[in-house]
Amino acid sequence: MNNKILGKSIVAVSALAVIMIVSALLFILLEIYLGGRSVLSWQFLTGNPTEGMTEGGIFPAIVGTVLLVLIMSVACVPIGTITAIYLNEYASKKSFFTKMIRFAVNTLSGVPAIVFGLFGLGFFIQFIGTEMDRMFSADGSLLWGQPNILWASLTMALLTIPVVIVSVEESLKTVPNDLRGGGYALGATKWQVIRKIVIPNSISGILTGSILAIGRGAGEVAPILFTGVAYFLPHLPEKLSDQFMNLGYHIYVMATQSPDVEATKSIQYATAFVLLACTFSLSFIAIIIRYQFRKKIKE
Amino acid sequence: MRMDLQTEIIVENLNLYYGKKKALNNVSLSIPENKVTALIGPSGCGKSTFLRTLNRMNDLIEGVKIEGTVLFDDRNIYDNSVDVVELRKRIGMIFQKSNPFPKSIYENVAFGPKINGVSNKSQLDEIVEQSLIRSALWDEVKDDLNKSGLALSGGQQQRLCIARALAVNPEVLLMDEPASALDPISTTKIEDLIYELKKKYTIIIVTHNMQQAARVSDFTAFFYMGDLIEFTDTRKMFTAPDLKQTEDYIRGRFG
Ligand SMILES: Nc1ncnc2c1ncn2[C@@H]1O[C@H](COP(=O)(O)OP(=O)(O)O)[C@@H](O)[C@H]1O
Ligand SMILES: [Mg+2]
Repeated sequence: MNNKILGKSIVAVSALAVIMIVSALLFILLEIYLGGRSVLSWQFLTGNPTEGMTEGGIFPAIVGTVLLVLIMSVACVPIGTITAIYLNEYASKKSFFTKMIRFAVNTLSGVPAIVFGLFGLGFFIQFIGTEMDRMFSADGSLLWGQPNILWASLTMALLTIPVVIVSVEESLKTVPNDLRGGGYALGATKWQVIRKIVIPNSISGILTGSILAIGRGAGEVAPILFTGVAYFLPHLPEKLSDQFMNLGYHIYVMATQSPDVEATKSIQYATAFVLLACTFSLSFIAIIIRYQFRKKIKE
Repeated sequence: MRMDLQTEIIVENLNLYYGKKKALNNVSLSIPENKVTALIGPSGCGKSTFLRTLNRMNDLIEGVKIEGTVLFDDRNIYDNSVDVVELRKRIGMIFQKSNPFPKSIYENVAFGPKINGVSNKSQLDEIVEQSLIRSALWDEVKDDLNKSGLALSGGQQQRLCIARALAVNPEVLLMDEPASALDPISTTKIEDLIYELKKKYTIIIVTHNMQQAARVSDFTAFFYMGDLIEFTDTRKMFTAPDLKQTEDYIRGRFG
């Protein structure tokens, strides 16, 4: 009798929690949508900011964000995937070296984003960039020793690599050892087992991990603050040494740095809406991919 | 053992340790060619472990230490110069739990030849067909080779795994309780298949089903707690074993 009541109240409390979370999410979405509805338009997506950013569109910020996550992915997806494969397939579980890598990965994912920003500034710009300028620039002019989209993307990659490693490793772990054994017993080498059995059976996890990382990268601002993002640029980035605009930073700038914050209110809302729409559709794609692969394996 | 038999594998003074735990204790035996050798004994006595020493699958388990020699084709397979990958192509393995790859039936069988560099489509088709015929599965699947191997029944999956092993043209087949998870009809099919296969292959099969050992094997080895207790002709083993310990075990199991 008592158990029954307990069981029922646990269900009720859980349902209440779910309802609260979902309604909070819906409320935020609705609030953002209603606030930005008046300026959301095709011109808003494809136009440049005008009138000291109190009018016009956010096209450069969209392009900058897309370029940032693309370059970041080129760095973080391969590095993260290879590290995960090493950790799960090659590394001896008990070795000191493996434990060190794991410790590093876990610590890395707990470091505040702003610390990555400072690290990027110190390491990529002041150390690597400055050294590159000293070696390659004949007249001593500054090219790599200042913030740009390359350093920002690499800094962001440092933040998202643990995301990739953890989710790829999770999916590698779901490949049953029986399958690996089946491959070895046919005379497959370790690399053949990994390439033909392990990776094809965890490809959905690798893709999902990459997309999650991209979503995370698209939403973060702190790592790019000192490493490449710009307040306003009249032109789009063309080279890796150019600065760029960014959706998240754009919201921040309009909300705190604009001479007329009130006038930018609806643009802030609309920009937030675009950013959310982007990350949501990434998550949605991740879900679709996972679903498709599950279906394919069952067939 | 009769003198006219050719020997396929000679195991001498084999010891195996999982870390500090000893799982095989000074095992020596000669496995005859083109015969079925059954390994019997209570659960945990080291049958699977012994089987895995023959194609070096124990190498994949961390902390395993092996002493002694396993002669195959006049060479110690634990010699440093032996190519393990090559060895496993010559000594195939069927697992207790059937483990087809989540690929099509065709791709399952073609997996081995493909990693061996066979890429010619008609040649692959031929190998796939022949292997499925030899594993007695062809008639059941010939019209849906593109269906997933996982869509087959348990017994069919196990025969698919046998076809997959045959496709790399091994000389020896190791089977670890290949029918323990199957229904009686599928079990009979596997046993009939083993009878066919021994014409061409040397087969070593682990089983804890005494009737099965008596039906399919020519020779039987009785293991107990890591020791090889007795190894002899199957008929003799099940009628008049040399040792009382063997007799007790077999009588107990036949019940
Ligand atoms: N991977 C392993 N790690 C440690 N001990 C193992 C491992 N596999 C088997 N053993 C131990 O070795 C002994 C023999 O096991 P096994 O060969 O599986 O027996 P059987 O196949 O006859 O049931 C058992 O005591 C078992 O616990
Ligand atoms: Mg066993």
